[in-house]
Amino acid sequence: MAIFTRAPKAEPILGQNRAVAMVLGVLTWIIGLLFFFPLFWLVVNGFKEESVASSSPTLNFDPTLDRFSEVTEDSGGLLSFTEAFGNSFWIVLISTVLVMVLAIPAAYALAIRPMRKWRDILFFFISTKFLPIVGIIMPIWIIARDLDLLGTRTVLVVLYTAMNLPLAVWMLRSFFAEVPKELIEASQIDGCSLLGQIRQVILPIVAPGVAATALLCVIFAWNEFFFAIQLNPTGASTIPVWVNSQQKFQGQFLAGLSAASVLATLPVVLAGWVAQKRMIRGLAMGAIK
Amino acid sequence: MAEVRYQEASRIYPGTEEPAVNQLNLDIGDGELLVLVGPSGSGKSTALRMLAGLETVNMGSIWINEVDVTLKPPQDRDIAMVFQNYALYPSMTVGDNMGFALKQQKVPKAERAERVAEAARILDLTEYLDRKPKNLSGGQRQRVAMGRAIVRQPQVFLMDEPLSNLDAKLRVQTRTELADLQARLGVTTVYVTHDQVEAMTMGHRVAVLNFGVLQQVDAPKTLYAAPANKFVAGFIGSPAMNLFDAENVDGKPGIAGVAVPINDAVAAALKGQSLDKVSVGVRPEHLTLGTAGIEGEVTVVEELGSESFVHVRTDHRGEATNIVVRDRGETQTARGDRVKIDFDGPLHVFGEDGQRVTA
Repeated sequence: MAIFTRAPKAEPILGQNRAVAMVLGVLTWIIGLLFFFPLFWLVVNGFKEESVASSSPTLNFDPTLDRFSEVTEDSGGLLSFTEAFGNSFWIVLISTVLVMVLAIPAAYALAIRPMRKWRDILFFFISTKFLPIVGIIMPIWIIARDLDLLGTRTVLVVLYTAMNLPLAVWMLRSFFAEVPKELIEASQIDGCSLLGQIRQVILPIVAPGVAATALLCVIFAWNEFFFAIQLNPTGASTIPVWVNSQQKFQGQFLAGLSAASVLATLPVVLAGWVAQKRMIRGLAMGAIK
Repeated sequence: MAEVRYQEASRIYPGTEEPAVNQLNLDIGDGELLVLVGPSGSGKSTALRMLAGLETVNMGSIWINEVDVTLKPPQDRDIAMVFQNYALYPSMTVGDNMGFALKQQKVPKAERAERVAEAARILDLTEYLDRKPKNLSGGQRQRVAMGRAIVRQPQVFLMDEPLSNLDAKLRVQTRTELADLQARLGVTTVYVTHDQVEAMTMGHRVAVLNFGVLQQVDAPKTLYAAPANKFVAGFIGSPAMNLFDAENVDGKPGIAGVAVPINDAVAAALKGQSLDKVSVGVRPEHLTLGTAGIEGEVTVVEELGSESFVHVRTDHRGEATNIVVRDRGETQTARGDRVKIDFDGPLHVFGEDGQRVTA
């Protein structure tokens, strides 16, 4: 998440030596740059000619947008950028909406009207994420094949919903749990229906948390590669699969691949940047502190 | 207008043995302001929440206006509640907060606005109707919470420590305003507090609870003058009543070697009880510093201006024991003085079982 956080202004901790503070500051910058460098190099490479990108690393080159136009060109038969983008867009949108529609009632129940053994239920949800996906891809593939879902957007919508649901329930539960119980009781006494209670009383309070959760679901679904390449490697696939298809079996492709990667990263970075204030507030509010 | 009745009502929290509220019997009259008071864990809030429908009644029943509401959900009880932390909806304006219940009841918008405006006028909130709760002071929030309750014109007001989040000065002021408002509206009110001064000053009647059991319910004066048992005697009154396990002094209960003046009726009632298991209580204002009586040494003098409280250390049953005596404002005593304490007023005698021995 490092790219979404803005470092607070350097202010020496009381009683700390100025020199120590400065050394720590410089060290922080070095580490930060170290992490940022690969991304920076990716962007730089995207603006190079193939031959320049493949030769010894340099910052001295004539920048060009040719790679970007090349990779986004429709190349008949193969997955094009526009198709992949459209597929990703709809799959991410629908799966995220589904996740929220399912997770909000679940989180309400777990946080506000917990049943017996609710901790076990919560743990079960998150435990589904312990399984290595590669260990379950086989049965999923067979089920998808038997349901005639291989190569469809539907299979990815279903899987991304299932993949993000535990996380969303887990996060939303902790946001909901922070709603003062008196507010819920007050709304009961005021004669609010269950739906009205969630819509008019709880959601306005947890809105930043809901936004943060939804954004995380969007990011995870947007970035997902393994399911997409296994179950839907062709025409109806998503942006990560498209990026992968920029690897060529012959010739140079580093600059083109870099340009494609930049294009794949851009929407997520933009979304994160736009939402960063809400996002940080949301994340600070609950689960992932 | 409504009467409220608790009938053998008990609440046992899951996983606990002892009931939080134990077979509570309580009748609250129409228009009455009844205060539930007790130390923390006494079950006073639980009792209120049972009436609100926020807490299951495990045994017994609760009635509002001769209707059994034991199993009814909160919204069907026609009650309004003021919470300790006010529980204002943070995303709504003051006006929307106050009109929320009416909106749920599908009251037409015009009537809603009118009733909200009326309540706002009573509570001096008119200019704040468009503000969000976070932009209000503590006292204003408290009034909004009150407003939310009165807009509904409910059968019963329930108030759960509504003043305890205010600072001391505002609390005293709001206390009077609240009592006045309740009297004007004439709505039956159940009021929970841990503050016995609040209970005494506001309640038409006060119900004292301890460990989930109702100890006594009476008018404040009666509670003060004739506490039913040792617990009530010690709980009501500030500074607290001087309360001692008695000594047997010449066949009479005594304090620090001095027999207390009991009348024949009390003496007769104590017949057969072991006198050193009997308790004797006397309020600070019913003691005087004189020339005869319990001897002791002054340890602290609390000057309050209109009166002063003199703390005297004495030897009672072989232990250093503190007695508080009320003296006049400009007391002549100071720390270290040797004084004698005389009885000057009613005594409270509690038998072996802790119950008041009535004469």
